[in-house]
Amino acid sequence: MRIGKALLYTILVLYAIVTMIPFLWALSSSFKTLEEIVSGSIRFIPENFTLDNYKQIFIEQELFPRWFMNSVIIAVTVTILNLMFNSMAGYALARLHFRGKQTIFMIILAVLMIPAQVTMIPNYLILKQLGWLNSYQGMIVPAMINATFIFMMRQFFINFPKELEEAAALDGLSRIGTFFRIVLPLARPALAAQAIFVFMGSWNDFMRPLIILSDPNLFTLPLGLNSFKGQYISYWNYIMAASMVFTMPVLLIYAFFNRYFIKGISFTGGK
Amino acid sequence: MFSRKRWKEAGTAYTLLSPTLFVLLLFVIGPILFAIYLSFHKVQLLGGASFQFVGFDNFTRILDDTRAKIALWNTAKYVAIVVPTQTMLALVLAATLNAGLKGEKFFRIVYFLPTLTSSAVLTLIFMWMYNQNGLVNHVLAFFGLPTYNWLGDPSVALNAIMIMNIWSTAPFFMVIYLAALQDIPDSLYEAAELDGANAWHKFWYVTVPYLRPVTSFVVIMGLIGTFQLFDQSYIFSGGSGGPNNATLTVVLLIYQYAFKSLGTMGYAAALAFALAIVILLATWLQRKFSKEESLY
Repeated sequence: MRIGKALLYTILVLYAIVTMIPFLWALSSSFKTLEEIVSGSIRFIPENFTLDNYKQIFIEQELFPRWFMNSVIIAVTVTILNLMFNSMAGYALARLHFRGKQTIFMIILAVLMIPAQVTMIPNYLILKQLGWLNSYQGMIVPAMINATFIFMMRQFFINFPKELEEAAALDGLSRIGTFFRIVLPLARPALAAQAIFVFMGSWNDFMRPLIILSDPNLFTLPLGLNSFKGQYISYWNYIMAASMVFTMPVLLIYAFFNRYFIKGISFTGGK
Repeated sequence: MFSRKRWKEAGTAYTLLSPTLFVLLLFVIGPILFAIYLSFHKVQLLGGASFQFVGFDNFTRILDDTRAKIALWNTAKYVAIVVPTQTMLALVLAATLNAGLKGEKFFRIVYFLPTLTSSAVLTLIFMWMYNQNGLVNHVLAFFGLPTYNWLGDPSVALNAIMIMNIWSTAPFFMVIYLAALQDIPDSLYEAAELDGANAWHKFWYVTVPYLRPVTSFVVIMGLIGTFQLFDQSYIFSGGSGGPNNATLTVVLLIYQYAFKSLGTMGYAAALAFALAIVILLATWLQRKFSKEESLY
């Protein structure tokens, strides 16, 4: 039994090391001088610890703050709209009776099966026609609902106690009033999990901005990082510093809300 | 039948559904129909857009396209190695974490880090580690193992992406397994113990069969994700799929034909449909063989 436990701990610790090393290595490289980077040293503690890289990236590439803002604006708007619209759709599909309900629900399920590559080319042409390439709305509007989370919210509202809504109806609240004042506030755990995933998806998205945005002023962080890498390909100290700066916000969110992450995943895992 | 109350309820429902229906029509259903149209046309995007009907040419062209074959082969290899490996790794990690050891929470938080980090950042970190004079080669040399030109050698470049992505996606699926493991009733293990089962027997004869539906879900999610490999290949190769097409995936090829060369947008749409069919077939086969009712 004790040998078994030791073995389990060995697996856990080894895998924790395997997980941490790339991050620690990137962090340590971001504090190194270019000479140390070029020398191919494998010390995890920098020989000449320096903060210059963090200053220098903002001088070399003055668009970094701009990219950061773009990512924040797009990710926050997409998240807020998704929370509203997915819950509204999920509630209608779970609780209301109307013609066409089954059809709409089947379409949403079918959408889950269709790979994004099929719609990516026509979407580009549609956005082009609307004049929405290189714009925030081009990034936001097509992403403001999500079939997975509509489905998840529907499952959530199906199990929601009916009595609360009936009481609200007796008090003279309309269906929509009940939804916004009574139901939505009680759906907070499901909304928190959803918010995190939608935000992360938008924050980390690479392909859609790559297609929709070509003006460097409108780049999001992943695109900006990629183009920065193209310009400074052997300056790994800069690239790692930039990577670290832009990973921090997500890690901070995670530090505070990590229980919702786990909950959210088990949610999407068909529970 | 058509009472006012029912009309009112339908009105409420459609009001609540209106943003969803708007996006579905304009950016999902419309585009699917448009994609079908595109796949039968030669599309020119100089100035305005012009469409010339070409019948099945775009589909038959796939069969003669050497790069399409390479992309399909690379993608298939990638799927065949990454999906089973990440699924097994996720299961082993979840079972280890679930053994009731102290510090479970700490390990869970650490393991989850790669899932949070953007694919762009992870790819850049790994490109730096895969550098010829980089950390990975130093570690390999330390253990007396052969070193590689990970980014430049066509025979290993795709493996480099596989290793990175197994590392970064396994923890996500581990959390799904973990949630399911916590639902396994203790009585099952107690019964097995009475029958004289050791730890390994319990894992193999109780845990694994109990988790079958979850495994099915994890494999399907894995299939869908791996068939669509794009970000990592794009960043690794600067968009080219190199060295020597070694990291060219189907989605990268679709991207190149659609947006980086002239007059091949219709062909790219046809390729996208071919990919969609391959993914549907793969998930359907998986379901058929796992013989479990779906989770959706």
